[in-house]
Amino acid sequence: MSNLFDLLVAGLAAGAIYALVAVGFTLLWQTSQTINFAQGEFVMLPAFLMLAAMHVGAPFWLAIILGILLSMILLGLAFKMLLVDPMMRHGVLPLAIATMALAIGIKEAVKQFFSAEASPFPSIVPTGDISVLGHAVSLQSIGVLVVAILAVFGLTALLNRTSLGHQMQAAAQNPTVARIIGVPVERMILLTFLINAFLVALASLLITPIYLAKFSSGEVLGQAAFIAAIVGGFNQVRGAIAGGLLIGVLDNLAASYVSTQYRAAVPLIFLIVVILFRPQGLLGRAEERTV
Amino acid sequence: MRSTILAGALLAFAAATGAHGQAIKLADVAELSGGGATVGTNWKNGIDLAIEEINAKGGVLGRKLEVTHADSQSNPGVARAQVQKALDAEPYVLLGPGYSGSVKVTAPLAAEAGIAQIMGGEAAELTQAGNKFLFRTSFGQQSSMPKVARYIHDEMKAKTVAVVWVNNDFGRGGRDVVVKELDRLGSKVVADLSTEAGQADFAADVGKIKAANPDAVFVYLNEEESARILKELKRQGVTAPLMGETTLIGQKVIELAGDAANGARGHVGLTTDAPVELIKAFRDKFAKKYNYVPDHNGLKGYLAVYMVKATTEKMGKVDSKGFADTLHGLTIKAADEPGILMDVTFDQNGDIDRQSFLVEVVEGKQVVKQVLPKVK
Repeated sequence: MSNLFDLLVAGLAAGAIYALVAVGFTLLWQTSQTINFAQGEFVMLPAFLMLAAMHVGAPFWLAIILGILLSMILLGLAFKMLLVDPMMRHGVLPLAIATMALAIGIKEAVKQFFSAEASPFPSIVPTGDISVLGHAVSLQSIGVLVVAILAVFGLTALLNRTSLGHQMQAAAQNPTVARIIGVPVERMILLTFLINAFLVALASLLITPIYLAKFSSGEVLGQAAFIAAIVGGFNQVRGAIAGGLLIGVLDNLAASYVSTQYRAAVPLIFLIVVILFRPQGLLGRAEERTV
Repeated sequence: MRSTILAGALLAFAAATGAHGQAIKLADVAELSGGGATVGTNWKNGIDLAIEEINAKGGVLGRKLEVTHADSQSNPGVARAQVQKALDAEPYVLLGPGYSGSVKVTAPLAAEAGIAQIMGGEAAELTQAGNKFLFRTSFGQQSSMPKVARYIHDEMKAKTVAVVWVNNDFGRGGRDVVVKELDRLGSKVVADLSTEAGQADFAADVGKIKAANPDAVFVYLNEEESARILKELKRQGVTAPLMGETTLIGQKVIELAGDAANGARGHVGLTTDAPVELIKAFRDKFAKKYNYVPDHNGLKGYLAVYMVKATTEKMGKVDSKGFADTLHGLTIKAADEPGILMDVTFDQNGDIDRQSFLVEVVEGKQVVKQVLPKVK
């Protein structure tokens, strides 16, 4: 039983990070029809930016700020202006393929500049345990959960409670009408790219102390986030959150109760079941196609 | 007549300088990227350092050494292609790969070409297939695992043991020998956990170890995975003593795992912290050239080149075909060839006999607790 509790906590902590990444994924899709297959590499890169900042002498807190800012410039602004905008006019599929190329490019660049070896990465949460309901739970797991939940709540509040959020939603739901009523649609789309960059940098900060900074570590994360977004509902932020947590817990339970060899298969089988019986995702809305 | 003599003399001179000046070509195929990048990079740097030293002192039998490095990407399929390519260039000796799986698929190619292969793999089965051209640079599992099992049973006094291993040739080989030995000695294996190469999340595996509540945990994974599981063991508060091999307590693991590596113990065939003067000197030279302290793979690469040197000098000629025969049964003494660092004997299978060490990580440093002598 205590094993199950530990597994749930570990699964939720991993799932919270998947959720952060998956939320960014759905945001980009909703506002600009970008399927970002480089999302996993987007999580891998900020950790290296922070390491580089520390390498030139910045203390950890400053490196975090610099890393997040640089991520927003590179993975938000530059990504949109240099890749998404020029490719968008050719359609969704060429853009999706361009993001695959970007993923390979980022991975190889990191390998070239930093080395193919893993590097240690400091944790923002101190190691140690606290007692929850009579179980020892590591501070790191709790820290990851708390930060991820705060980020998600902050984002939901921004989207639902502020005028800016309403404008972003309008821009996503019907850009033409939004433009007519005076919403600066282009700026709103840029904002979602910046928010995505912020979320992946945060995810990077939380996951890298556990997974280690390595050029290839985005592969697993990108896949998990992609599955989470589809399972939860590609067009819903809350769907991505639920999907992320579900995949995290499912992955850990599968590793423990099925087998480590088949752990990666279980979320995929779940994905197939969801696509077969509820193609819009668990919390997603069925979209009507217009012709 | 005179011009004929002159031409003949010139030709003879050219042939002599040609034979003398032509470099001895070695080919290295190693894990320069992918999961084994730590292994391959250390191995490669060790090779380069040894060659630089040997060439600075005039080479082997008056000829310089030259090496080409190829990247196996830690993938046996790529390793095979790279080894085939390297063999096509007819090297004197083939060096690498480091991963047992890659050695397994490449050894038949080198044997077929009749070229000696000096490699870093430690899986037991590698030298048991009757290959007459394959040589180790470190202990095979059949020599090291019984020492490990004995230590877990005698010194750690563990009645129950959890065994965590990586599901590849290396991990499976070690697991099979250690489980058999533990069983023979009377320690019970209460959890037998296979994990995947490149695995990032060890929460579930550590959860199972915790549930089994063993007296000791034997961890047999590659370096990066070792660091991740050490962190997870600490995170979940597992207090049972940890025992492993070189891969659990290597420099890179300590760097990656930080505090979580403290207290872990391992049997080590080669360590740069060994209380041996020649090894200390090697460590200093390596650190000066590359700005980091090497792990045992750096030593292996270095030794591989000095094995080439000692064997060639023993033959007195550069003879690719006679190389393997000469190295079988050869004892190289550190007093005669300081580059070999410790006295070593090669048997007919290409396995080695050498002294080894029992190491514990204390405050982020490898501390040698015991020296285990050469078997024969």
